[in-house]
Amino acid sequence: MSESTAQSGSDQSTVAGEQTVSATGVVGTARVKRGMAEMLKGGVIMDVVTPEQAKIAEDAGAVAVMALERVPADIRAQGGVSRMSDPDMIDGIIDAVSIPVMAKARIGHFVEAQVLQALGVDYVDESEVLTPADYANHIDKWAFTVPFVCGATNLGEALRRITEGAAMIRSKGEAGTGDVSNATTHMRKIRDEIRRLGSLPTDELYVAAKELQAPYELVREVAETGKLPVVLFTAGGIATPADAAMMMQLGAEGVFVGSGIFKSGNPAQRAAAIVKATTFYDDPDVLAKVSRGLGEAMVGINVGDIPVPHRLAERGW
Amino acid sequence: MSARSEPGSQAPQSPTVGVLALQGDVREHVRALTDVGAFVRPVRRPAELDDVDALVIPGGESTTISKLAETFELLEPIRKRIGDGMPTYGSCAGMIMLASEVLDGRPDQQSFAGIDMSVRRNAFGRQIDSFEAPVEIDGISGPAFHAVFIRAPWVERVGEGVRVLGRVTDGTAAGRIVAVRQGNLMATSFHPELTGDLRVHALFVDLVRAAA
Repeated sequence: MSESTAQSGSDQSTVAGEQTVSATGVVGTARVKRGMAEMLKGGVIMDVVTPEQAKIAEDAGAVAVMALERVPADIRAQGGVSRMSDPDMIDGIIDAVSIPVMAKARIGHFVEAQVLQALGVDYVDESEVLTPADYANHIDKWAFTVPFVCGATNLGEALRRITEGAAMIRSKGEAGTGDVSNATTHMRKIRDEIRRLGSLPTDELYVAAKELQAPYELVREVAETGKLPVVLFTAGGIATPADAAMMMQLGAEGVFVGSGIFKSGNPAQRAAAIVKATTFYDDPDVLAKVSRGLGEAMVGINVGDIPVPHRLAERGW
Repeated sequence: MSARSEPGSQAPQSPTVGVLALQGDVREHVRALTDVGAFVRPVRRPAELDDVDALVIPGGESTTISKLAETFELLEPIRKRIGDGMPTYGSCAGMIMLASEVLDGRPDQQSFAGIDMSVRRNAFGRQIDSFEAPVEIDGISGPAFHAVFIRAPWVERVGEGVRVLGRVTDGTAAGRIVAVRQGNLMATSFHPELTGDLRVHALFVDLVRAAA
């Protein structure tokens, strides 16, 4: 690390944006937004569409639940425009559990995000799983007190989202398929690009930033620290405890599971097994034990059978 | 008396502090403890508890940590070590795990107990209420500690023998207890591991050394 970057350490150097003083102190800082994601590490965040499902998730040991209108597998099957959940449903889920509640907003739909913040959700997922509301711009996430998580398929995309204020990144995978192959592709890609930056001489980081289409300051920070400045989870196609453990071994810091739980034969048992597998991701004996007797996994779709325009990971720019 | 202090046992790096690594911001505590000179090991299994002189319970989701501790049979061994005097520090979820009584928890929520106090989960509110504020901490010299509170708990009751180390100074929550110590046990509502300020970890490691 050169002396020019030593002033404030990695958790401050790229931080900008809105801060507000509340009745207790300063709220909405990058530190409390990113810090919230740090507290979720090693945990599983589960998609739920009803308060009953949220309770099952909490009972199983989820660190948070993600409220959405339909799970990705149903969005795929039913088609149509997919939007933010009904506020009554989100209130119901918030009342049903004591763990953090996240909710999805459409890409670029800053008013859905305003509504979710007003409802008191703990994190907003600006998600490619819903139908995009803006095909050019993502939400200016610095303008919010509530933190955001965004999907990414590669390092440049992750850094653009962080530039816009995302406080957490998840690799996209291909939601609603139960096919983990895109999750592995995206996680490997992000990690490979981070490693590559670390190997470059500093005078080549300018061109690297140009190629990644990301700000130089963030690129330099990643090159120096060997990691994203925010927590990196995985998502999209995780259906079994072994899937979750593989993504953790590939460098994910935690797991989002969507359709994989509530589209399976025994959601409560599968949810609990994925929680245990995420903690003991590197212990095959534990993984073998928790993988037994879970009933049917979700049927799933091979990503290769989905025409490219229908792949959700293509959304986001 | 810790397991490592018997004659003949090799303890070249001392003290050895475990970080409960079931879920949460384990890495940040590992880094802070290493920076203040402790030898640090993650603890996920009962046998790994035997190798440590002290334990840190990280921030995270307390209901998840409680459930995993129960499932992987760490609840009783950790309670026993704490009962035998093992120095232990918990931040946020870790404070909840050290409380003798948890308010607004799940009905089946378990804790390691240890500190005679009632802790209310998410007492300051939801994530949009998470905040940063200076806190004066008894035993720490220099400027006020810059405290980061994330869906944080507070202490609503302390028993005799529990020393209050810090309270919120300003605003609507002024006077709320956010740092405590009872014997070899310490807890904070906030996350010193997120700030780069090592004074709370240094205070704990001093306590561990004094207890050895």
